[in-house]
Amino acid sequence: MSVRVGEAAEALPFPEAAKKMVANSQLRRNVRHATDVIRNKRGKVVGEKEDWQELRAAGNAIKRHTLRHLDYYLQQFEENCTKAGGHVHWAKDADEANRIIVDILAKRAEKEVIKVKTMTSDETRLNVALEKAGITPVETDLADMIVQLGEDKPSHIVVPALHRNRMEIREIFLKKMGLETLGYEPQDLAGAARTYLRERFLRVTAGISGANYLVAETGSVCVVESEGNGRMCLSLPDILVTLAGVEKVIPRFEDMEVFLQLLPRSATGERMNPYNSIWTGVTPGDGPREFHVVLMDNGRTKVLADEEARDTLDCIRCGACLNACPVYRQTGGHAYGSVYGGPIGAILTPQLQSMEHSQTLPYASSLCGACYEVCPVKINIPEILIHLRAKVVENGDSPFSERLAMKGAAFAMANAGRLGVAHLFARLGQSVFEKDGKLEDLPGLLGGWTAFRDMSALPDQSFRDWWEKREAGR
Amino acid sequence: MSAREEILGRIRAALPAGRDAVRQAEYAEIDRQYQAAPVLPLEEKIALFRERLEDYNAEVHRCAPAGVAATVAQVLRARGKSGLLIAEGTPGGWLPDGFSFTKDDGQAYKELDRSEGVLTGCAAAIALTGTIVVRHGSEQGRRALSLVPDYHLCVVPLELLVETVPEGLRRMAAMLPAPLTTISGPSATADIEMIRVKGVHGPRTLEVILVG
Repeated sequence: MSVRVGEAAEALPFPEAAKKMVANSQLRRNVRHATDVIRNKRGKVVGEKEDWQELRAAGNAIKRHTLRHLDYYLQQFEENCTKAGGHVHWAKDADEANRIIVDILAKRAEKEVIKVKTMTSDETRLNVALEKAGITPVETDLADMIVQLGEDKPSHIVVPALHRNRMEIREIFLKKMGLETLGYEPQDLAGAARTYLRERFLRVTAGISGANYLVAETGSVCVVESEGNGRMCLSLPDILVTLAGVEKVIPRFEDMEVFLQLLPRSATGERMNPYNSIWTGVTPGDGPREFHVVLMDNGRTKVLADEEARDTLDCIRCGACLNACPVYRQTGGHAYGSVYGGPIGAILTPQLQSMEHSQTLPYASSLCGACYEVCPVKINIPEILIHLRAKVVENGDSPFSERLAMKGAAFAMANAGRLGVAHLFARLGQSVFEKDGKLEDLPGLLGGWTAFRDMSALPDQSFRDWWEKREAGR
Repeated sequence: MSAREEILGRIRAALPAGRDAVRQAEYAEIDRQYQAAPVLPLEEKIALFRERLEDYNAEVHRCAPAGVAATVAQVLRARGKSGLLIAEGTPGGWLPDGFSFTKDDGQAYKELDRSEGVLTGCAAAIALTGTIVVRHGSEQGRRALSLVPDYHLCVVPLELLVETVPEGLRRMAAMLPAPLTTISGPSATADIEMIRVKGVHGPRTLEVILVG
């Protein structure tokens, strides 16, 4: 089995990637603007919900319960979906999922497929696999379309093209849609997308989707969206293939009453998103005649096995933690090198990839806790980040000098006498770097800290010395 | 070993044994302290629903049960439409004379696309979120019928209106296995600079007639 999360295995370490992104002031402006708008809208509609904390608690409890019985609920979903006329497939990893989907479409000689936003297919790089097999994938979510036509990468879970402004989008559309004229207003650009896609919606006979919820009790699937491109992809083609991570299952239909309140308010700051589509297998005379669901692991069972990080799988992909994160708001999503950016990406990507790559991601946080506060299912992201940092160190993936320094610090701090000696040496040593009571340009590992900020020099007398003298003088 | 067995095996290895015996009791213990029951008096509930719909830029009318056809006529005249598509089971009493109403008998999508719009009823509505629930079948039509046309006129009998999302979901559970669509305003996007654009792929205009 080989787990793949988009192109995260080949991505630059976070600090290097972030440095590039932070230097791009246009990108930072775009990201700041978009996250500000969503944060304000979210704050308003969450604030008016007096039972918000109760909803969060219930959302968390349902997800934890489901994960504790994941084997049961997946099998129950499989049984009920099959009974309703669906075909259920299981995929160990990204390659297997792609292969299953390509085979299903190739067997029917489909040449083109319309897709409604699925992060999971970005994770498996399904579009690359489809193109290799001679099947053209057409992204239909406006932002995904901007990303696809711009040969770009998604930078946000909910609004993947938030790093692009209208001028950039207009350029992409003019070039890729072969248009001679096009207005500058978002209305004009959305109109161009409508015209470009409508013909494809009405003609293409195969669709691909992700899933927001798989209902075990009934075998139903729910997709949440705004533009109506989802409804088009889910109900107009002859064949529909839904790709879902195994963690997307929920026990009962009524459990959606919790998530359908948490998700839209957290994701887009709406009381309800314009459309939810819910279907159960196939329905004669309405919608696809052939329906497949691919249940994919791709590293998720490994996350499940780590009890301290298991809550990572509770995520409902609302993106609220990205908008709230002071790091994401500076760097944007591309710095995380994964289809999953921001705080949730910083814990999800390294776990899926078994820490072989992206060891820098658990450090892409100031641990301020804003992500935990806004998370609609109460994932304690800071705690999981610290847990993962410990793993990075245990695996020996942290710099040698850092481990040596930490060992030294542990040795010195374990004993008052040793600490006193260490203070003395530090005070003597710092004189070389001291300037007006500040330390600048420290050598080695400490240079990482002083490269961007000054550090106060140690005072002549430590607190411990002062305390000792004060006590002695009594 | 099949992928299925391997994945289920990994899940079982990750979790303690003997869970099956406690599953149902554990599920029943999930703390659901959020608001599920309605609290608003009828007219306030209706006013809230109306306010939410208008907030989504849907145009809203209200009439007595005997006045649906007259209201449909008034709406169509105001929009300059000569007729609409309807579902197999759209009540005849909703249809005014002087306009053409075409029953959907499985027309090609292109035909639906060329139409002046569609008239449907609904199966439930939720006041707190301004949501309309369409149960697809002979009564409210297949999914494509209320999707492909650019204009959707929806009749909402107020006895189907509930206040909270949990009330709505509980009603929807009883409608399975029919495909269901919840509609909260016309299609929209904020993908470009977070500016809300009304009307993308789904009907760009949603108009609602509240009855009762």
